[in-house]
Amino acid sequence: MRVLYFGVLKETLGRESEMVDLAEGACVADVLARFGNEEQMRSIAVAVNHEYARREDVLRDGDEVALLPPVSGGVR
Amino acid sequence: MRIEIVDAPIVADEIVAAMKAGSDGAVCVFDGIVRDNTRGRKTLHLDYEAYREMALAQMNALAVEAVERFGVRDVALVHRLGRLLVGETSVLIVVASAHRGAAFDACRWLIDTLKKTVPIWKKEQFVDGAVWADGEPFPEEIAPGGRV
Repeated sequence: MRVLYFGVLKETLGRESEMVDLAEGACVADVLARFGNEEQMRSIAVAVNHEYARREDVLRDGDEVALLPPVSGGVR
Repeated sequence: MRIEIVDAPIVADEIVAAMKAGSDGAVCVFDGIVRDNTRGRKTLHLDYEAYREMALAQMNALAVEAVERFGVRDVALVHRLGRLLVGETSVLIVVASAHRGAAFDACRWLIDTLKKTVPIWKKEQFVDGAVWADGEPFPEEIAPGGRV
């Protein structure tokens, strides 16, 4: 499946997307686990095919997965 | 509803004028503009980027929800991407409604929710360096560590 990176993630990883092979039945949490940085990953939202996904959601071949850092807030 | 992500300057006056209809008693406008500093650090410009397809879908969903939740007549949500200079509009929200209370409430809810859930990021270029803006944490239902 294709994994997209945005914002500060794109910059620190040095790429905006890549193809990732995951085992059958892999879920969103498995994609995040590849990065090791658990603390940072807790603040990351994941979208699958343009919709926010939960950690336990199972991925399918051909899904577009996006890792989204907190969006630009601005002080109220 | 007018929901757009644009690369060119946002002409707020035209969008606001086009939103008015005979049954409206109020039009509430939020014009989000680039400030010249963040916590006292002088800003040169901001670079906005988005997960474009998803951001547009999220903005559409927010507009629909605002109409349902607050009973306003119509909503315009326009966000600009790319490099923006101090004083330029990055996001424009226009809410048209029969009564002002609903228009104010919907407008406030729209900007607060947009800034937490619509996938748009900004990099702040200062005189002495650049950083990606911290952003607000995602709501708990979107990221488990959202409120950490």
